[in-house]
Amino acid sequence: MLLIRCPYCEEERPELEFRNAGEAHIARPTNIAAESDDDFEKFFFIRANPKGVIYERWRHIHGCARFFNAVRDTVTDKFVMTYKAGEPKPTKLPGAAK
Amino acid sequence: MNAMFRISGAGRLSQAKTASFSFDDKSYVGIEGDTLASGLLANGVHLVGRSFKYHRPRGVLSAGAEEPNALVQIVRDDARKTPNVRATVQELYDGLTAHSQNRWPSLSFDVGAVNDIASPLFSAGFYYKTFMWPKSAWKSLYEPKIRAAAGLGVSPDKPDPDHYASRYAHCEVLVLGGGAAGIAAALAAAETGVRVILADEQAEFGGSLRFESGARIDGQDGYAWAQAAIARLKAMDNVRVLSRTTAFGYYAQNFVGLVERVSDHLKNPGHDLARERLWQVRAGRVVIATGAIERHMVFANNDRPGVMLASAARTYLNHYGVAVGRNVGVYTANDSAYAAAIDLKKAGVNIAAIIDLRDNPAGPVIDEARALGIEINFGRAVVSAGGKLRVSSMTVQPKHGGGGRTIPVDAILMSAGWTPSVHLFSQSRGKVAFNDETKRFVPGTYAQDCVSVGACNGTDGLDATVDEAYAAGAKAAKEAGGKAGKGARPKVDAGESWSRGMLGAAPGAGQGTTVKAFVDFQNDVTAKDIRQAVHEGMHSIEHVKRFTTNGMATDQGKTSNMHGLAIAAEELGKPIPQVGLTTFRAPYTPVTFGSIVGHARGALFDPTRRTATHGWAASQGAVFEDVGHWKRAWYFPKAGEDMHAAVNRECVTVRKVGGLFDASTLGKIEVVGPDAARFMELLYTNPWEKLETGRCRYGIMLREDGFIYDDGVVGRLAPDRFHVTTTTGGAPRVMNHMEDYLQTEFPHLNVWLTSITEQWAVIAVQGPSARKIIEPLVEGIDMSDEAMPHMSVREGKIYGVPTRLFRMSFTGERGFEVNVPADYGEAVWEALWAEGQKHGATAYGTETMHVLRAEKGYIIVGQDTDGTVTPNDAGLDWAVGKKKTDFVGIRGLTRPDLVAKGRKQLVGLKTKDPKIVLEEGAQIVADPKQPIPMKMIGHVTSSYWSENCGRSIALALVAGGRDRMGETLYVPMPNGTIEVEVTGMVFVDEKGERLNG
Ligand SMILES: [Zn+2]
Repeated sequence: MLLIRCPYCEEERPELEFRNAGEAHIARPTNIAAESDDDFEKFFFIRANPKGVIYERWRHIHGCARFFNAVRDTVTDKFVMTYKAGEPKPTKLPGAAK
Repeated sequence: MNAMFRISGAGRLSQAKTASFSFDDKSYVGIEGDTLASGLLANGVHLVGRSFKYHRPRGVLSAGAEEPNALVQIVRDDARKTPNVRATVQELYDGLTAHSQNRWPSLSFDVGAVNDIASPLFSAGFYYKTFMWPKSAWKSLYEPKIRAAAGLGVSPDKPDPDHYASRYAHCEVLVLGGGAAGIAAALAAAETGVRVILADEQAEFGGSLRFESGARIDGQDGYAWAQAAIARLKAMDNVRVLSRTTAFGYYAQNFVGLVERVSDHLKNPGHDLARERLWQVRAGRVVIATGAIERHMVFANNDRPGVMLASAARTYLNHYGVAVGRNVGVYTANDSAYAAAIDLKKAGVNIAAIIDLRDNPAGPVIDEARALGIEINFGRAVVSAGGKLRVSSMTVQPKHGGGGRTIPVDAILMSAGWTPSVHLFSQSRGKVAFNDETKRFVPGTYAQDCVSVGACNGTDGLDATVDEAYAAGAKAAKEAGGKAGKGARPKVDAGESWSRGMLGAAPGAGQGTTVKAFVDFQNDVTAKDIRQAVHEGMHSIEHVKRFTTNGMATDQGKTSNMHGLAIAAEELGKPIPQVGLTTFRAPYTPVTFGSIVGHARGALFDPTRRTATHGWAASQGAVFEDVGHWKRAWYFPKAGEDMHAAVNRECVTVRKVGGLFDASTLGKIEVVGPDAARFMELLYTNPWEKLETGRCRYGIMLREDGFIYDDGVVGRLAPDRFHVTTTTGGAPRVMNHMEDYLQTEFPHLNVWLTSITEQWAVIAVQGPSARKIIEPLVEGIDMSDEAMPHMSVREGKIYGVPTRLFRMSFTGERGFEVNVPADYGEAVWEALWAEGQKHGATAYGTETMHVLRAEKGYIIVGQDTDGTVTPNDAGLDWAVGKKKTDFVGIRGLTRPDLVAKGRKQLVGLKTKDPKIVLEEGAQIVADPKQPIPMKMIGHVTSSYWSENCGRSIALALVAGGRDRMGETLYVPMPNGTIEVEVTGMVFVDEKGERLNG
C-alpha cells in the first residue's frame, strides 16, 4: 500500500484514503460551447497515458476531501511529489537528477 | 517410551513430555516441540505422501518452510480439515490427526502410480499438448478427470469456524528472519531505542543455529546465545518479537505483510484465540535476514523416501534428537554435508559412505570425517537411488563414467550447495546480481530502504554474518532516527562456513539421459523435462517454467529454481545470467484466505444501511431487497399473498386511496452559498436562477460528454440554499462530481456542499388522499393547492418536529415527500400510518414504486439509461435550458453522434398479448424472419405487470423510436417471438390531471 502526501493535510496517509481522478492540468475551456469537435475531443477524450512520469489528480476522499495534483512514475509507482490544485505544473522535479 | 529413532541425550526437546498423534489412522508417540515431520521420522516413518503427477512415493525432504514433498491434511474436526500442510512446519500437539494426500486406496499401494509407469505420456507440456483436441472434450471429459486425479488434499466443506485477527503496526526497523544475522541486527537496532519488530517463521528463534553444532557466540553454544538474546529483546519496551510469523509479501514503501500462526500448534485453541493474525507493518528500514536454503542433488530416483537434505537430517538430530536412519549415505558437492555426517556419526549412526563430486577437496570437516573413520569417495557420483517406498541403496560411479557399485543405505543426505533466499528482496523490486564465482544470485540494486544481511546476502561464515548484520542493524536504526547504541557486537568464537557447490543435473542425469532425476519434487519436474522444453523452443526461463511447471507449485521452487535454470542454461549453451531468473512473487509461503479476509466476513463483510422505518417495516412482514448497501422494503405481503398479489394490491390502493413509501435512501445534498444558483446552473441542464424560493424543479445532471449522469428533484429553500436529491445509488458519485467541479473548475464560486442523505428520513405519501393523511399532523404550512401547488417545498412542523415538506410525485398521483430529521423518522411514519389507516391507505415497497413510476413513464437513471443516453434520447429535452451558455455537458450534447438521426430513443411498448410481460434486457428486432444474427434495434429497459392498466407495460430504448409510434416490432425469445407495439411512455393519466386529483 502506497503512502501519499496530501498537500492540504501536510502529511503522508495510506493509499486507502485516496482516490485517483485522472490526468491533471487539463483545464475545462471557459467558452466550452464554442469548442470545435477536434478541440473537444482533445480536451475530453485524449489522455497522455505515459510510461514514466505522469501528472495526475487525486482526491483525499476519506480525509480532508480535497482534490490535489501529484507527480507519479508509472513504472515504479513512486510518487515524486504532490501539490495543491491550481498550482502550476512543476517544471523541476525533486530527485530528477538521480 | 521413546520412539525407535529418538536418540537419548540428543536434541533440545524434553523427551519426557510426550504427545501422541495419528497419521493415516495409525497412532504414534512424539514429544512436545516436535514438528509432525520430526515426530514421524522419530518413529521411522519416511513415506508421507504421493507426488502430484506420477503418484510416486515421497518422504520428508527438508526441515523447514521450503518443503515440497511432505504435504498432509490436518484434521481437527468436521469443519477444520486443512490440506497441504507442510509436515515440517506443523508443530505437534497431543491428539494431532494427519492424513496423507493424493493416494488411493492407500499410501503404500496407490493406483494412480500407474502414471509413473506411463510417464512418457506425461512429459513436459503434457497438459498443453494432450488436451488440445477436441475442444468440446475439455469440459466434459478432460477437466473432470484431471481434477479428480490431481487433487492435493481435500477442501473442507463447511464454513471455517475459526476467526482471524488483523493488526497494523509501525516501526523504525523491521527485521525479517531470526537466525544469527536477524538477532544481531535486531540487537543493534534495539539498543538505539527505536521501535523494532523481529519476526521469524519458526516456533523457536535461531535459524541455522538449530543445527550448527559447532557455533559459539559470546562464550555460549550458538543456539543458547540465540535464546538468551531473544529473551533480552523481549524484555525491551521498544521491541516486538514475533515467532511463528512469516513475512510473505514485501510491498511498496516498506509495507510488509506478515502472518502469525497463533493457535495451529495448540491442542485446544479455544474460541478466544485467533487462528492466525495478519500483521501489516510499515517500517522505516527493513533488515532482510532470511538465510539460505540448501539444494538437493539432481540424480535418478532422488525422490525416494529417505533421501533428504543434509541440513535437514542435521536439524532432526541436533534439535529434535531424531536419527533419520541407521545406515546413512551422503552425497554432496560442498562441505556442509560433512558436518551432518560427523554429527550423525558421533550420535552413533553408521555413515555408509560420503560420495563427493569434487575431485580433491580439503579442509577441517573433511579431515574430521576421515578421522572418525567415515569412508570418503572423491570424484564420484550417486547415479541412482534404490528402493521404492524407502530408499534401500545408492549406486555409485566415477563421475566421468565407469564401473559402479551399490551401497546399501536407509537414508541419503544430499547437498548441492546453498541458495540465498532473495525472495523478499526481489519482491521489494530490488534487482539481483549473479555472482559468477559462487554461482548464486545475490541482492544487487536496491529499490527500497532495506538491506540484506548474512546468508541471504551471500555472506559466508558466522563471524562475517554477525559482523555485517550488527552493523546493518545499527545503521538502519540511526538512519531511522535512533541514538547511538550502547551495546557491543556479539563475539563469534566459533562458527561454520561453507559456500560453492553445484547447480543443475549431477552426472548420470545430464544431457542425453532420460532418468527420473527430479528438479521440482512438488510438481514432478525432472531434468529431462527441462531439456525437452528447451528442445521444443522454450528459450526464456519464464517459458520453460510455464511449459514444465518447474517452480510453480506451492513451494514456489525454493529448492528447484536454480537447478532448473542451470539445466536450461546448459541446454541453451548460454551463461546463467543471460537466461535470467524467474520473478519472485508474494506470498513467500502459502497464506490462508482467512488471514487475508480477517473479520470481514458474514455480517461484517460489507456495511448494511437501514432506514429509520426498517424496524416498523420488518414488524409488518415486509420483504427487503438490497439496493447498494441499503436494505429497502420491497413489498408488504398480507397473509396468503405472494409478491405478485401484494404488488398488485399496493399499486391499485395507491392510485385509489393512497400509500406510504420510505424514500429515505434517496441521496440528498445541500448546496448553499451566495453562488449556489450559479453553481446549480453549471451542474444541471436546467435553469435555476429564476426558480422561486419554495419551488421545486426536476433536474438532470450530465457528464461532460453529454450523457445523463443523474437526476432528481431540487427544492429551493432560500435564495442561497438548494435541497438537491439524487438517485439512491448515485449519491456518492454525484457528491464527488459536484466537489470535483467546485474545487477544480469553478473554485471562484462561493458554495458549500453537504451530504444530508442520512440526516433526513423521507416518507412519500402518494395518492388521492395524500393531503388528507398529512394535513392533521402539520403545523405552520398552508397545504391548499393555491398555497402549495405541485412542485413546491415548505418548511414547518409535522407531528411536532421540523419538516421540509415537498409536494412532488413519483407516482403521477397527488403526492408529498415528508422530510424529517432521521431520529424522528419512525415516529412520524407511525403517526402518518395511523392517519393513513383511517383512509384505507397502504404501505408500499420499491417494487410498487417501480411499477407506478413506469405507468407514468418516469425514468430511473441506471435502469432506463445506461451512460449512453442523452436527455433527448430519454424524451427529456424540455429539461435542458435552451438559453443557457454553459453547463457541464453542453458541448458534449452537440457532438455529431449525439445529434445524428436514428439514435436509440426511449419509448413505451405494449405486447400484442396483454398478458405477456417482457423480460428486461430482451432485444428488439424489426423483422423476425431475417437470418441470424439478426439486426437488433433496441432493448427493453423496464417491464412490469400493471394491475392498474390490466395489462403488461414496458419501456424500451429503440433506434428512431419516436418515429415508430404504432409500429409492430418483435422480441425474439427462446420459446417464441413476442409481438409488441411501439407507444408513448405514459400508460396512466396522460394529461397529468391526477397530480391535483
Ligand atoms: Zn488531506
